[in-house]
Amino acid sequence: MGRITLDKVTKSFGATEVIPPLDLTIEDGEFTVFVGPSGCGKSTLLRLIAGLEDVSSGQIRIDSKDATMVPPAKRGLAMVFQSYALYPHMSVRKNIAFPMKMAGIDEAEQNRRIEAAAKALNLTDYLERKPGQLSGGQRQRVAIGRAIVREPAAFLFDEPLSNLDAALRVGMRLEISELHERLKTTMIYVTHDQVEAMTMADKIVVLRAGHIEQVGSPLELYHTPRNLFVAGFIGSPKMNFIEGPEADKYNAHTIGIRPEHITIGTGDGPWSGVVNVSEHLGSDTFFHIHNTGLAETITVRADGEVGFRHGDRVTLTPRSDVIHRFDAQGQRIAA
Amino acid sequence: MARSVTPQRKAFNTAAAWAVGLLIFFPILWTILTSFKTEAQAINDPPLFFFFDWTLENYAVVQERSDYMRFLWNSIAIAGGSTLLGILVAIPAAWSMAFVPSNRTKDILLWMLSTKMLPAVGVLYPIYLIFIRLGILDTRSGLIVVLMLCNLPIIVWMLYTYFKEIPGEILEAARMDGATLKEEILYVLTPMAIPGIASTLLLNVILAWNEAFWTLNLTAAKAAPLTAFIASYSSPEGLFYAKLSAASTMAIAPILILGWFSQKQLVRGLTFGAVK
Repeated sequence: MGRITLDKVTKSFGATEVIPPLDLTIEDGEFTVFVGPSGCGKSTLLRLIAGLEDVSSGQIRIDSKDATMVPPAKRGLAMVFQSYALYPHMSVRKNIAFPMKMAGIDEAEQNRRIEAAAKALNLTDYLERKPGQLSGGQRQRVAIGRAIVREPAAFLFDEPLSNLDAALRVGMRLEISELHERLKTTMIYVTHDQVEAMTMADKIVVLRAGHIEQVGSPLELYHTPRNLFVAGFIGSPKMNFIEGPEADKYNAHTIGIRPEHITIGTGDGPWSGVVNVSEHLGSDTFFHIHNTGLAETITVRADGEVGFRHGDRVTLTPRSDVIHRFDAQGQRIAA
Repeated sequence: MARSVTPQRKAFNTAAAWAVGLLIFFPILWTILTSFKTEAQAINDPPLFFFFDWTLENYAVVQERSDYMRFLWNSIAIAGGSTLLGILVAIPAAWSMAFVPSNRTKDILLWMLSTKMLPAVGVLYPIYLIFIRLGILDTRSGLIVVLMLCNLPIIVWMLYTYFKEIPGEILEAARMDGATLKEEILYVLTPMAIPGIASTLLLNVILAWNEAFWTLNLTAAKAAPLTAFIASYSSPEGLFYAKLSAASTMAIAPILILGWFSQKQLVRGLTFGAVK
């Protein structure tokens, strides 16, 4: 079991309050992602749950038991660090065995679990090596192996993929998702990368300056962002924001329209502009349009290969049913 | 940034390095050479380098006149004892400074180091009186405590520098893996810091071995280490250069051999943290 509840949790470092009172429940078996720009408190929040930092006030409950004052070793949670934090003087086998040794699990059972984890993580051939002799991806797998074998109530991941190169990151992302499918254990995953959040999460928690801006499934956040911050943070390329007369037409202070909800063409259209930059990815094409009179740049995503080039005059047609409206405070105006 | 090194420049650098090295080593070499001369040859003018009648007579006389082994044992006990005691005190101190620092940690470190700037003779009188009151004058245990205190700032600094290099996340990982503080220090921190602890031990054995102020002033006969052994031959009785050299050679030989075999460790220990 692994249901984690934060009840009016706060954290201050000296006079600086990094987490104002915060309530959050993470259901058993859920894959929850904390996402936000750097300095938003997402790592601090994870470390509070882990017990590596003490809360300033409030209560943390794990499976309805008060864990606020319980030391990290006794919370039954496993953590995977950004730097992997492997023990450099121990072999892969000993690294993976360490939490079981601390828990006093007998050696036969230790070996059984090590073999199983190594097999699942493709580490069987590397068990006798030291971490220094492994690649980044392999080290990350050892760190995950070390977390799995103790069968924790929940896994905590602190930006585990940010030290890996892009190709490896996509692969590991998939492996972690598969791991969650297989184990069905609660996972809390911290990242600043909204793509990781969108692809992996059951539930995303968007944080800014220690505040929860919105909690919801990836598609909820995509379709109904509660405010401008969430609207701009979720989705790639970023949502376009338009203020002024065009927004007034929709009875809003600001309207938002995602790049994939604008059609680019040469015929008639409500908006027009000049292509400044086009990015051809093969599968789709991104256009950055200037001189629209709406905003400095309007980004448009077109399916497949579309041949407009720098300097081409184009017309833009937004899909009116997916225009997001926000008031002067940046809050969503319900449809 | 790569600098171009011409062959001439390389030759010059090599020659300069050798010159400095020999200059530093020369007094030791001269002491060793003199120890194999007769007293007459030792003060010969012009000085004799390698072509004299090599003799072991001085060593025989020195050993006969004073019990080398007793001094040696005192040196080993004092240098080893003060270093081990120092490490035991310094590990917890360095651990707390490196991993749970307060706002004042840097000040405390500097203050500790500043005590090394005090001339030792400035506190000779009070310490001497304390030693008399406690009845530990001319005892090995008294010297062990004094030398430990002398070298403690250096031991704490060295261990602190080593511990600082150990990523805090690894210790946090140990905590998450269920290790208690004791297990964390025993299974994770100490094995990772062993090279650092070893070179700290080594350097402090050498410092304590060579310490001549307190060892000469606080001992008479019973606890006198090799520094006192040497000093007893630089007496006003007359110029016994050859015997003084023999005594010196015997006193520095053990530490010289220890240093020779551990020079790699020592250099690494002293430059740790300075270069990556």
